Amino acid sequence: MREVYAIGSAMTSFSRLEYPLSEIAAYPAMFAMQDAGISKIDHLYVANMGGGRVNGQTGLASAVVDSLSLTPAGAETIENGPASGASALKQGWMAVASGLHDVVMVIGAERMREVNNLEATDFVATLTHPLAEYIYGVTLPSLAGMFTRLYMEKYGVTARHLAMVAVKNHGNACLNPFAHLHQPITVEGIIDSPEAMTNNPFVADPLRFFDCCPVSDGGACVILASAETAKKLGKPMIRLAGVGQATDTHCVHERAEPTDLLAVRGAARQAFKMAGVKPSDVDVAELHDAFTILEIVESEEVGFFKKGEGHLALERGDTALTGKLPINTSGGLKGKGHPVGATGVGQAHEIILQLRGDAGKRQVKNAKIGFTCNFGGFGNNVVCLTFIREK
Amino acid sequence: MAVELEKILRPVDHPAPPFPPKLMTLASGEELVIRQIDREEIPDILPYVAPLLHVERDYYDIVSARVYAELLGYARHRMQDEYVLVAQIDGELAAIVNGRSMNAEVGVSLHTLALRRGLRIGAHAFAAKMEYHFDFLKQKEVLIVAESPIGFRRWMIEYKLEKRFGTPHELGGVPSWALTKELFDKARDSLVVGRRPVPEALLKKAQAAILPPSNPSKPPVDLLAATRALKDPTGTSLMLQRWTQEGKV
Ligand SMILES: CC(C)(COP(=O)(O)OP(=O)(O)OC[C@H]1O[C@@H](n2cnc3c(N)ncnc32)[C@H](O)[C@@H]1OP(=O)(O)O)[C@@H](O)C(=O)NCCC(=O)NCCS
Repeated sequence: MREVYAIGSAMTSFSRLEYPLSEIAAYPAMFAMQDAGISKIDHLYVANMGGGRVNGQTGLASAVVDSLSLTPAGAETIENGPASGASALKQGWMAVASGLHDVVMVIGAERMREVNNLEATDFVATLTHPLAEYIYGVTLPSLAGMFTRLYMEKYGVTARHLAMVAVKNHGNACLNPFAHLHQPITVEGIIDSPEAMTNNPFVADPLRFFDCCPVSDGGACVILASAETAKKLGKPMIRLAGVGQATDTHCVHERAEPTDLLAVRGAARQAFKMAGVKPSDVDVAELHDAFTILEIVESEEVGFFKKGEGHLALERGDTALTGKLPINTSGGLKGKGHPVGATGVGQAHEIILQLRGDAGKRQVKNAKIGFTCNFGGFGNNVVCLTFIREK
Repeated sequence: MAVELEKILRPVDHPAPPFPPKLMTLASGEELVIRQIDREEIPDILPYVAPLLHVERDYYDIVSARVYAELLGYARHRMQDEYVLVAQIDGELAAIVNGRSMNAEVGVSLHTLALRRGLRIGAHAFAAKMEYHFDFLKQKEVLIVAESPIGFRRWMIEYKLEKRFGTPHELGGVPSWALTKELFDKARDSLVVGRRPVPEALLKKAQAAILPPSNPSKPPVDLLAATRALKDPTGTSLMLQRWTQEGKV
């Protein structure tokens, strides 16, 4: 296997974008090409979850390769639920590592705001089991709500811990001009004030409004290449050093212990092993906080903290921008936004910025090893990536 | 003669009790003061409404154009029985709401314009104006329409409004929805919040000056590129257009 490097990277704002899905995919791609300083691409992988259903656009990759004037390069659309982005990166990694291609463009794009929030929630719920979950009205917030309740009972996580994740990630998002939300919040404002119940109402008890990510549009792009090509560009060498993926039961209720996210555990283990690093070596991480509880639990399952102790690390400030292991410096899904199919690529973009030292006001000092966790389904298909800055 | 004609053109307002200012804490921890403003303060807020005329997103353009006209109509006596409330954070203008009375029993909700997003400020200001209609003007119902989907979510869905489709609303003659006293009472606990009286220092600060909104929705940098760049705050697409024109991409 050859080594694979991220040579170019870019994203659109994650917010509400009024241009077509194919353009949401194309713009960051053009920026990433400019960033890399190359115009020849051998192959494209375009991650997207809802084009067919939400935007009436199937075969997205064919539209994008043409609008970028990159024909006759090969191009395909990758759909793996909210983990589509990291799945596409994994495909890109395999294509370069195997020697099949030299320069591969990985795009993630989603346009969810074309429909209203209710429809968007319903669209995402189609990833649940059609007969055992979806027909009973299960949505992602409802699954996350039940999961949170169990976690609270078992490990002592409180509403205040969840609020601390939201406050931290809103704060980080304020430092990211590409983030959806630029609104600082406080624990007092969302939990303690007399108006908190209205400002922060229950969505799926015990999860409240500020525990949930917003519905966003957005696109991101990372260009991968072989060491030979990367070296010629004279940029910092950021290696996609570890790729891991694992699955779990489709239905959440079939899991022996529903508070364990085994796919996160498995995917992270592989991503670390391949990269030859340990969780404790990581300098900065992007975790999939579609709901605040997930940041806490993933931080345990990937091995940063002991099971059941993620909330204690949060309390200590370990995961803050200035902490020992800053998590979701971009604002995470909570603050930066969650255009489902684009999220995994957006996470990689943040890590690439951090490792290059280009993250501006949210830069983590001397970041050398970065990690992403892209969580598909309700933890039934997870892809983790490890990035290492070489020089 | 001119004075005589003005008497005819100028509607006579019915006496109405004032809206007592109220206070609430936002998710940001900041304090929001909602208070009624009089005609003299209208010129202070018009400059903050005008830039929104070019923001298509969420129908800010239509809403702000209408609000602008209604504010002028109020200030220059061309609307009857209108009132205007503003929401302020540390003096900063955060929302404007207005309405009027159709008659002693029926109120008309005109507009809600949030100038800072993401903190439910628009929803709080709307709740305050409904409170004014029911608790202070003692009306039985308020006729409401929404121009934008988020408005529909905030009013029609959150308050579970009743249809009054036989009654065209003053805003463009579209079918009305109604908030009845009964529905409002049901929503009180969850949607209508805030405290009175507002501590004097906070109220004084709000009254001293209406400061410009710190983060209003912005019109596009370049109107020509509006259809593409408008909703993208970083102007990604606009920059790309420029680069393409300059042959850089
Ligand atoms: C309708 C209106 C008054 C509602 O204002 P509001 O109650 O203050 O609403 P908010 O701004 O708090 O709510 C929406 C914002 O919440 C934020 N938000 C959404 N989901 C969120 C989440 N999970 N976590 C945190 N913030 C979130 C986003 O910033 C969102 O803005 P976006 O749509 O640009 O993404 C306001 O949108 C407005 O003035 N619109 C234009 C004029 C209009 O439509 N008036 C009504 C005519 S009937």
